[in-house]
Amino acid sequence: MKALGSRRRHPAAIAVLLLLGLVVTGGLYSLLAPKPAQAAVATTDDVGAGTKLFLANCATCHGISGHGSQTGPTLAGVGAAAVDFQVGTGRMPLAQPGVQAARSDKVMFTDQQIASLAAYVATLGPGPSVPDSQYTNGDGNIAHGNELFKVNCAMCHNFAGSGGALTRGKYAPSLRNISGKQIFEAMATGPESMPVFNDNNLSPADKNDIISYLHELDKNKNPGGLNLGNLGPVSEGMFIWVFGLSLMVGAAVWLGSKAA
Amino acid sequence: MSEDGTEPAGEQASQPGAAMGLDLGHLEGSGAIPERFTNPGLPPHVHRLADHDELAARRAERQVATLFGISMVATVIFLVAYFAIDQNTYQFIPGIGQANLSNIVLGVSLGLSLLCIGLGAVHWAKTLMPDTEVTEQRHPQRSSPEARDQAVSTIMAGGEASQLARRPLIKYTLGGALGLFALPLVVQLAGSLGPLPKAALSTTFWRKGMRLMRDPELTPIKASDVTIGSVFHVMPEGIDKSDHLLEEKAKAAVLLIGMDPADIKVPKERSWGHDGIVAYSKICTHVGCPVGLYEHRTHHLLCPCHQSTFDVTQDCQVIFGPAHRPLPQLKITVDAEGYLVADSPFREAVGPSFWERG
Repeated sequence: MKALGSRRRHPAAIAVLLLLGLVVTGGLYSLLAPKPAQAAVATTDDVGAGTKLFLANCATCHGISGHGSQTGPTLAGVGAAAVDFQVGTGRMPLAQPGVQAARSDKVMFTDQQIASLAAYVATLGPGPSVPDSQYTNGDGNIAHGNELFKVNCAMCHNFAGSGGALTRGKYAPSLRNISGKQIFEAMATGPESMPVFNDNNLSPADKNDIISYLHELDKNKNPGGLNLGNLGPVSEGMFIWVFGLSLMVGAAVWLGSKAA
Repeated sequence: MSEDGTEPAGEQASQPGAAMGLDLGHLEGSGAIPERFTNPGLPPHVHRLADHDELAARRAERQVATLFGISMVATVIFLVAYFAIDQNTYQFIPGIGQANLSNIVLGVSLGLSLLCIGLGAVHWAKTLMPDTEVTEQRHPQRSSPEARDQAVSTIMAGGEASQLARRPLIKYTLGGALGLFALPLVVQLAGSLGPLPKAALSTTFWRKGMRLMRDPELTPIKASDVTIGSVFHVMPEGIDKSDHLLEEKAKAAVLLIGMDPADIKVPKERSWGHDGIVAYSKICTHVGCPVGLYEHRTHHLLCPCHQSTFDVTQDCQVIFGPAHRPLPQLKITVDAEGYLVADSPFREAVGPSFWERG
């Protein structure tokens, strides 16, 4: 304790104290912060016709007939592709209210259940159906896909497909390592804030080209170094301001100080 | 750096006759500022540990040598890694993930090598090299009076010898020639700033009757293709034949948005569109970035550069950010075959403000 006390005027003491305080506060917060409650999902019996699944899991927000309520939009006309995308990516059922549903690795339903849900919602009104695998396998023209991606997608999803910020807390998610089917469905249905890119705008073959380009991006290997999320100048500038500048300041202080 | 001793509190010797200490009580002053402040001089030199303690000096020597030694080891690692590690080896690195091993080892070792040379040199200078304060007086810049007089007389004698004062014709023509010679330099400088923009800032490639074409394929768009909530990135018909393709593209880019006509709040916007389909310039009125981030639920159009946000339901009014003017709307209609065409050029200049525009 005495040794500690004798070092309390050491130039690094303030920095060490600050760091300690931050770590303790952060650690306590992560321990004590309320966790999102895990919704208990009834794994319904295998009979699970789409209607029953819908009434059990979706009708609270989307209405008993699927035509929407105050808390959820109508599903008439969204098509089977929208259900396959929203439920298949774990966005629905919504884990918690917020500006935007986040992708989740916890998919609440089996493929079979999703298919029957999608079949039910498709009966509510005509809409895009789940795409054929020949348009989602990603063996299209990568160069053309790159061109289309830069014009139509890159402004929100970033040139490297890393996603980016939108207005008021909404965001465009990362497109890295996403299955071709889900990329196709997102373009066809326009989930969340994303506009629709229907088959008259980007033909199914065009969409497959974009998928091919994105899958090619996924194969890119890191040539070394931190990529800082590939988010562009904001994250990189922040990094150099915080770490680079404090390093410079530290070096200047050290150079100017007198040796003991 | 030596980890053992804390910083000794700099023992500042109190200067006799200098400022008065706070603990000396009240003293009646004369109220006048002294004629000259006495120069307090340099604080007394404080010796470093290594100056009088041979052990400390030897320790500092070892520390410097260790830093140089680390640098040598790192350089050797670099040389070995350069030949030993295959260019295509990928390895999991904590904090980075899968990354090219060769590049990382080369970068880290070379960086460490240079850093340790620097750290060693600084540590050496701080602990062992002489640190006594040295004052070097500046030598006077003014020459001696004799040298100054001599310089003046030399110049005057030269002027006299060249008969400049006696022959004013030469004096004035020489002045004229040298003065005129400056003009070509000025003219070239002004000319190299480029031609005046004339109307190029106010006009775009769009003309009445031009079809709206998909970018980058340049295929025409039927009004029936534009479903509600969809977005098309548009270029004017024939832009690929333009002589100045990139300049024209940078001004003519248009965003075509399919909306529910009931959502449009401004009658002018509805009448300039077609059945809820509206076309707006994609060039931000702030500094000209492409505004392409359209949210089809909120109808917000966001510029990625400085977060200017335009409300498409209100004729692209600015609702957030540094832009000052709404995005210009392109008046569109459909032709006989059902394709979307421009009904007129842009009625105002697109993009950021400029001097003549105000």
